[in-house]
Amino acid sequence: MVEKEFVVQSDAGIHARPASMLVKLAMGFPCEVFIEKDGVEANAKSIMGVLSLAITQGSKLIIRAVGEKEEEACTQLLELFKSDFK
Amino acid sequence: MKQKIFIRDLLDLPGDIDLRLTALTGEIGLDKEIEVADVNRPGLTLSGFYDFFASDRIQIFGKGENAYLDSLSSADAEKSLAKFFEYDVFCCVFTHNVFPSKMFIDLARKKNIPVMVTELNTTQFISQVTHIVEEAQAPVVSIHGTLADVYGFGCLIMGKSGVGKSETALELIERGHRLVADDIVEIKRIEDSMLVGQGSPIIKHHIEIRGLGIINVREVFGIRSVRNSKRIEIIVTLEEWDSNKSYDRLGIDEKHFSILGIDVPHIVIPVRPGRNIPVIVETAALNQRLKKMGVHSARELDKRLQDWMKMESNRNG
Repeated sequence: MVEKEFVVQSDAGIHARPASMLVKLAMGFPCEVFIEKDGVEANAKSIMGVLSLAITQGSKLIIRAVGEKEEEACTQLLELFKSDFK
Repeated sequence: MKQKIFIRDLLDLPGDIDLRLTALTGEIGLDKEIEVADVNRPGLTLSGFYDFFASDRIQIFGKGENAYLDSLSSADAEKSLAKFFEYDVFCCVFTHNVFPSKMFIDLARKKNIPVMVTELNTTQFISQVTHIVEEAQAPVVSIHGTLADVYGFGCLIMGKSGVGKSETALELIERGHRLVADDIVEIKRIEDSMLVGQGSPIIKHHIEIRGLGIINVREVFGIRSVRNSKRIEIIVTLEEWDSNKSYDRLGIDEKHFSILGIDVPHIVIPVRPGRNIPVIVETAALNQRLKKMGVHSARELDKRLQDWMKMESNRNG
């Protein structure tokens, strides 16, 4: 299991479009990927799950991946957050 | 995870319940967290008996307490209340819309203790406030799955992403059942005996279908296709058919899945093209209802078989 903790900088928050980019990226990995915000965990491969977290600028998140290619999944998701979904 | 409830929340509750409370001490102490659902009637305490005084609970001043305070001379009342407020009293609520004396409010204000008045009677207020606090403090967990009301039976469908939970839910809706939540189900343990699930407030009654995107079930299928919360009475796990795994062929033994320490009947359904999963889920719900009413299909067939074999061996022997 790999875990990465960080604070969201993107000022628009994770609305529908960024969420779909995030899910698309997570779907590409064989491992299970989760995003946790304030103790609530959502499956990163589920668009509804990601949307329900209502991630905004300043949200403290933990990305957790379990299984094959877990390290790579965590790193790439983190980069997507840093790239501001552009 | 446990949720928190504050005194302020009692003044403005979401939903149908209204405690009809008014704060008499303004903003004082409204941000205190309510930690115990029990309340205390301070009758004995006011008359001078301070053993076991549960000052950390909500203090309810009903008709009895008020009559007692009224019966005292103002000097005696002040003495009694001064002693009362020496304790770290959590908050005071007057029922029957009876307002406390100015002296009471002044003393409470000095100690930063919130005082409120409600239009409800004592019994109504106590039962409602206990219920509200217990429910707010109920342990909560959020689970990846879909919750539907199938023939009045709360069915939690679990399984990996892409196994067909949402598609199953869609077909169930189409067959006249109701969707509670898709993808994220927030589950509460209530009164240590049952689990109640509901959707997350943001994505409530929305469903994602691969190829279609996000669908608002309530708008598309109408109000009869959704409900807000439902007790979970059976858990169905969908998994891809694994030819190396043996699946239950009898259903004689009941399996359980534990959520927040409560065991719920659990069945595993292997998914394979050509299997009509929604019909299987419907049948599972009906069978579970039948079991609850005391009819156990598999066990009864087994009993019939055994009786028949006994008869046969008697005839031969």
